[in-house]
Amino acid sequence: MSVHNEMKVEFLSKSANEAFARVTVAAFISQLDPNIEELSDVKTAVSEAVTNAIIHGYQNSNGIVRIACTLTDKTAEIIIHDDGQGIENIGQARQPLFTSSKNDERSGMGFTVMETFMDELTVMSEPGAGTTIRMVKHFGTLNA
Amino acid sequence: MALQLEKRDRSLIAFIDGELDHHCAASIRETLDSAYQQAQIKNLILDFSKLTFMDSSGIGVIIGRYKMVQAGKGKMLITGISANVLRLLTLSGIHKIIPIVNNVETALKTV
Ligand SMILES: Nc1ncnc2c1ncn2[C@@H]1O[C@H](COP(=O)(O)OP(=O)(O)OP(=O)(O)O)[C@@H](O)[C@H]1O
Ligand SMILES: [Mg+2]
Repeated sequence: MSVHNEMKVEFLSKSANEAFARVTVAAFISQLDPNIEELSDVKTAVSEAVTNAIIHGYQNSNGIVRIACTLTDKTAEIIIHDDGQGIENIGQARQPLFTSSKNDERSGMGFTVMETFMDELTVMSEPGAGTTIRMVKHFGTLNA
Repeated sequence: MALQLEKRDRSLIAFIDGELDHHCAASIRETLDSAYQQAQIKNLILDFSKLTFMDSSGIGVIIGRYKMVQAGKGKMLITGISANVLRLLTLSGIHKIIPIVNNVETALKTV
Protein backbone atom coordinates (compact mmCIF):
# COMPACT_ATOMS: atom_id res chain seq x y z
CA MET A 1 0.00 0.00 0.00
CA SER A 2 1.50 3.33 -0.97
CA VAL A 3 1.48 6.22 1.45
CA HIS A 4 1.55 9.90 0.77
CA ASN A 5 1.04 12.48 3.48
CA GLU A 6 2.25 15.97 4.37
CA MET A 7 2.22 18.26 7.38
CA LYS A 8 3.50 21.72 8.24
CA VAL A 9 3.96 23.32 11.60
CA GLU A 10 5.41 26.66 12.67
CA PHE A 11 6.17 28.04 16.10
CA LEU A 12 8.04 30.79 17.95
CA SER A 13 11.77 30.27 18.48
CA LYS A 14 11.43 29.43 22.17
CA SER A 15 13.48 26.66 23.73
CA ALA A 16 10.32 25.14 25.22
CA ASN A 17 9.29 24.33 21.64
CA GLU A 18 12.28 22.04 21.04
CA ALA A 19 10.43 19.17 22.73
CA PHE A 20 7.18 20.16 21.01
CA ALA A 21 8.88 20.01 17.60
CA ARG A 22 10.53 16.61 17.96
CA VAL A 23 7.46 15.00 19.54
CA THR A 24 5.19 16.42 16.81
CA VAL A 25 7.37 15.11 13.98
CA ALA A 26 7.72 11.74 15.73
CA ALA A 27 3.93 11.49 16.09
CA PHE A 28 3.47 12.28 12.40
CA ILE A 29 6.03 9.79 11.09
CA SER A 30 4.74 7.05 13.39
CA GLN A 31 2.21 6.21 10.65
CA LEU A 32 5.16 4.73 8.70
CA ASP A 33 5.59 2.26 11.57
CA PRO A 34 9.22 3.07 12.40
CA ASN A 35 11.00 0.96 15.01
CA ILE A 36 12.06 2.53 18.31
CA GLU A 37 15.58 3.25 17.13
CA GLU A 38 14.43 4.94 13.91
CA LEU A 39 11.95 7.06 15.85
CA SER A 40 14.64 8.08 18.30
CA ASP A 41 17.02 8.96 15.42
CA VAL A 42 14.45 11.30 13.89
CA LYS A 43 13.60 12.92 17.24
CA THR A 44 17.26 13.60 17.92
CA ALA A 45 17.95 15.02 14.44
CA VAL A 46 14.88 17.29 14.58
CA SER A 47 15.92 18.49 18.01
CA GLU A 48 19.38 19.37 16.65
CA ALA A 49 18.06 21.39 13.71
CA VAL A 50 15.40 23.20 15.75
CA THR A 51 17.83 24.03 18.55
CA ASN A 52 20.27 25.41 15.99
CA ALA A 53 17.53 27.59 14.46
CA ILE A 54 16.72 28.99 17.90
CA ILE A 55 20.20 29.59 19.30
CA HIS A 56 22.27 30.26 16.16
CA GLY A 57 19.72 31.39 13.59
CA TYR A 58 17.69 33.68 15.80
CA GLN A 59 20.37 34.17 18.50
CA ASN A 60 17.68 33.55 21.12
CA SER A 61 15.53 36.44 19.89
CA ASN A 62 11.99 35.99 18.57
CA GLY A 63 11.46 34.44 15.16
CA ILE A 64 9.44 31.72 13.47
CA VAL A 65 10.74 28.20 12.94
CA ARG A 66 8.99 26.25 10.18
CA ILE A 67 8.88 22.50 9.74
CA ALA A 68 7.48 20.65 6.74
CA CYS A 69 7.34 16.89 6.67
CA THR A 70 6.45 14.71 3.68
CA LEU A 71 5.93 10.96 3.87
CA THR A 72 6.24 8.85 0.74
CA ASP A 73 5.98 5.10 1.15
CA LYS A 74 8.74 4.24 3.64
CA THR A 75 10.54 7.58 3.51
CA ALA A 76 10.21 10.79 5.50
CA GLU A 77 11.56 14.11 4.25
CA ILE A 78 11.84 16.76 6.96
CA ILE A 79 12.57 20.40 6.17
CA ILE A 80 13.38 22.83 8.97
CA HIS A 81 13.67 26.51 8.17
CA ASP A 82 14.55 29.70 10.02
CA ASP A 83 14.78 33.29 8.76
CA GLY A 84 17.71 33.98 11.05
CA GLN A 85 21.25 35.14 10.45
CA GLY A 86 22.36 32.30 8.18
CA ILE A 87 25.67 30.44 7.91
CA GLU A 88 28.72 31.98 6.28
CA ASN A 89 30.78 28.83 5.79
CA ILE A 90 28.61 25.72 5.59
CA GLY A 91 31.55 23.34 5.08
CA GLN A 92 33.19 24.55 8.26
CA ALA A 93 29.89 24.52 10.21
CA ARG A 94 29.37 20.85 9.29
CA GLN A 95 32.77 19.77 10.62
CA PRO A 96 32.57 17.66 13.79
CA LEU A 97 33.40 19.76 16.87
CA PHE A 98 33.07 23.10 15.07
CA THR A 99 31.01 25.59 17.04
CA SER A 100 30.68 29.36 16.82
CA SER A 101 29.56 29.62 20.45
CA LYS A 102 32.72 28.89 22.35
CA ASN A 103 31.50 30.20 25.71
CA ASP A 104 28.24 28.30 25.73
CA GLU A 105 29.24 24.69 26.44
CA ARG A 106 28.27 23.70 22.91
CA SER A 107 30.09 20.66 21.57
CA GLY A 108 29.81 21.36 17.84
CA MET A 109 28.28 17.93 17.25
CA GLY A 110 24.79 18.89 16.03
CA PHE A 111 25.41 18.51 12.29
CA THR A 112 27.41 15.32 12.85
CA VAL A 113 24.47 13.87 14.79
CA MET A 114 22.01 14.83 12.02
CA GLU A 115 24.30 13.30 9.40
CA THR A 116 24.80 10.08 11.36
CA PHE A 117 21.20 9.54 12.46
CA MET A 118 19.54 10.40 9.14
CA ASP A 119 20.12 9.01 5.62
CA GLU A 120 20.50 12.38 3.89
CA LEU A 121 21.35 15.88 5.10
CA THR A 122 21.35 19.02 2.97
CA VAL A 123 22.17 22.44 4.39
CA MET A 124 21.10 25.53 2.46
CA SER A 125 22.05 28.87 3.95
CA GLU A 126 23.29 32.34 3.24
CA PRO A 127 24.30 35.09 5.64
CA GLY A 128 21.26 37.25 6.30
CA ALA A 129 18.95 34.92 4.39
CA GLY A 130 18.24 32.24 6.96
CA THR A 131 18.90 28.52 6.95
CA THR A 132 17.06 25.52 5.54
CA ILE A 133 17.92 21.99 6.66
CA ARG A 134 16.61 19.07 4.61
CA MET A 135 16.82 15.60 6.07
CA VAL A 136 15.63 12.27 4.71
CA LYS A 137 15.12 9.02 6.57
CA HIS A 138 14.23 5.65 5.06
CA PHE A 139 12.43 3.30 7.40
CA GLY A 140 12.67 -0.45 7.60
CA THR A 141 15.95 -0.73 5.67
CA LEU A 142 17.73 -2.70 8.41
CA ASN A 143 15.13 -4.91 10.02
CA ALA A 144 12.26 -4.95 7.58
CA MET B 1 13.02 16.97 33.71
CA ALA B 2 13.80 16.24 37.35
CA LEU B 3 17.18 15.93 38.99
CA GLN B 4 17.66 13.81 42.08
CA LEU B 5 20.89 14.22 44.00
CA GLU B 6 22.55 11.89 46.46
CA LYS B 7 25.80 12.29 48.35
CA ARG B 8 27.95 9.30 49.27
CA ASP B 9 31.30 9.98 50.90
CA ARG B 10 33.02 12.31 48.49
CA SER B 11 30.85 11.48 45.52
CA LEU B 12 27.81 13.24 44.17
CA ILE B 13 25.35 10.98 42.36
CA ALA B 14 22.91 12.72 40.01
CA PHE B 15 19.90 10.85 38.64
CA ILE B 16 18.57 12.68 35.60
CA ASP B 17 14.92 11.88 35.04
CA GLY B 18 13.34 13.01 31.75
CA GLU B 19 14.85 14.86 28.80
CA LEU B 20 18.24 16.52 28.46
CA ASP B 21 18.09 19.10 25.69
CA HIS B 22 19.03 22.76 25.25
CA HIS B 23 15.85 23.85 27.06
CA CYS B 24 16.72 21.87 30.22
CA ALA B 25 20.51 22.23 30.04
CA ALA B 26 20.84 25.48 31.99
CA SER B 27 18.92 24.31 35.04
CA ILE B 28 20.68 20.93 35.12
CA ARG B 29 24.02 22.70 34.88
CA GLU B 30 23.22 25.15 37.69
CA THR B 31 21.89 22.46 40.04
CA LEU B 32 24.85 20.14 39.40
CA ASP B 33 27.44 22.86 39.75
CA SER B 34 26.12 24.28 42.99
CA ALA B 35 25.79 20.79 44.52
CA TYR B 36 29.32 19.94 43.40
CA GLN B 37 30.75 23.10 44.89
CA GLN B 38 29.58 21.94 48.34
CA ALA B 39 32.42 21.04 50.65
CA GLN B 40 33.82 17.49 50.53
CA ILE B 41 32.49 16.60 47.09
CA LYS B 42 35.10 15.43 44.62
CA ASN B 43 33.60 12.86 42.28
CA LEU B 44 30.55 13.01 40.07
CA ILE B 45 28.43 10.07 38.93
CA LEU B 46 25.77 10.81 36.31
CA ASP B 47 23.02 8.19 36.20
CA PHE B 48 21.03 8.21 32.97
CA SER B 49 18.80 5.20 33.61
CA LYS B 50 15.73 7.44 33.74
CA LEU B 51 16.77 9.65 30.84
CA THR B 52 14.19 9.56 28.05
CA PHE B 53 15.89 11.86 25.52
CA MET B 54 19.27 13.47 24.90
CA ASP B 55 20.84 15.42 22.03
CA SER B 56 24.11 17.31 21.50
CA SER B 57 23.16 19.83 24.19
CA GLY B 58 23.61 16.91 26.61
CA ILE B 59 27.09 16.30 25.23
CA GLY B 60 27.91 19.92 26.05
CA VAL B 61 26.59 19.52 29.59
CA ILE B 62 28.64 16.34 30.15
CA ILE B 63 31.87 17.85 28.81
CA GLY B 64 31.35 21.00 30.88
CA ARG B 65 30.87 18.96 34.08
CA TYR B 66 33.90 16.82 33.21
CA LYS B 67 36.06 19.96 33.13
CA MET B 68 34.68 21.02 36.52
CA VAL B 69 35.39 17.61 38.09
CA GLN B 70 38.90 17.60 36.61
CA ALA B 71 39.54 21.01 38.11
CA GLY B 72 38.33 19.56 41.43
CA LYS B 73 40.78 16.65 41.01
CA GLY B 74 37.91 14.16 41.13
CA LYS B 75 36.65 11.37 38.91
CA MET B 76 33.56 11.36 36.76
CA LEU B 77 31.58 8.32 35.65
CA ILE B 78 28.42 7.70 33.68
CA THR B 79 25.94 4.90 34.34
CA GLY B 80 22.64 3.57 33.05
CA ILE B 81 22.87 4.62 29.41
CA SER B 82 20.57 3.55 26.57
CA ALA B 83 21.72 2.48 23.10
CA ASN B 84 20.87 5.93 21.78
CA VAL B 85 22.89 7.78 24.42
CA LEU B 86 25.79 5.37 23.86
CA ARG B 87 25.82 6.37 20.19
CA LEU B 88 26.00 10.06 21.14
CA LEU B 89 28.82 9.41 23.62
CA THR B 90 30.73 7.40 21.02
CA LEU B 91 30.23 9.95 18.23
CA SER B 92 31.59 12.72 20.42
CA GLY B 93 34.46 10.66 21.83
CA ILE B 94 33.21 11.07 25.42
CA HIS B 95 33.41 7.29 25.93
CA LYS B 96 37.19 7.59 25.68
CA ILE B 97 37.56 10.13 28.48
CA ILE B 98 34.71 9.28 30.85
CA PRO B 99 34.24 5.67 32.00
CA ILE B 100 30.78 4.22 31.35
CA VAL B 101 29.76 1.58 33.91
CA ASN B 102 26.69 -0.56 34.44
CA ASN B 103 25.33 0.78 37.69
CA VAL B 104 25.87 3.23 40.51
CA GLU B 105 27.32 0.60 42.86
CA THR B 106 30.04 -0.23 40.34
CA ALA B 107 30.67 3.47 39.83
CA LEU B 108 31.09 4.02 43.58
CA LYS B 109 33.64 1.21 43.75
CA THR B 110 35.56 2.72 40.85
CA VAL B 111 35.91 6.31 42.07
N1 LIG C 1 20.20 27.56 11.81
C1 LIG C 1 21.45 28.08 11.90
N2 LIG C 1 21.64 29.42 11.70
C2 LIG C 1 22.87 29.96 11.80
N3 LIG C 1 23.99 29.25 12.09
C3 LIG C 1 23.86 27.93 12.28
C4 LIG C 1 22.59 27.27 12.21
N4 LIG C 1 22.78 25.97 12.44
C5 LIG C 1 24.09 25.80 12.66
N5 LIG C 1 24.76 26.98 12.57
C6 LIG C 1 26.23 27.16 12.72
O1 LIG C 1 26.85 25.90 12.57
C7 LIG C 1 27.65 25.61 13.73
C8 LIG C 1 27.67 24.13 13.97
O2 LIG C 1 26.38 23.63 14.34
P1 LIG C 1 26.28 22.32 15.23
O3 LIG C 1 24.86 22.07 15.55
O4 LIG C 1 27.04 21.25 14.55
O5 LIG C 1 27.10 22.70 16.55
P2 LIG C 1 26.64 23.67 17.74
O6 LIG C 1 25.20 23.97 17.64
O7 LIG C 1 27.57 24.83 17.77
O8 LIG C 1 26.92 22.75 19.01
P3 LIG C 1 25.95 21.56 19.53
O9 LIG C 1 24.94 21.28 18.47
O10 LIG C 1 26.88 20.39 19.72
O11 LIG C 1 25.36 22.04 20.80
C9 LIG C 1 27.04 26.43 14.84
O12 LIG C 1 27.96 26.70 15.88
C10 LIG C 1 26.62 27.70 14.09
O13 LIG C 1 27.71 28.55 13.91
MG1 LIG D 1 23.75 22.51 17.36
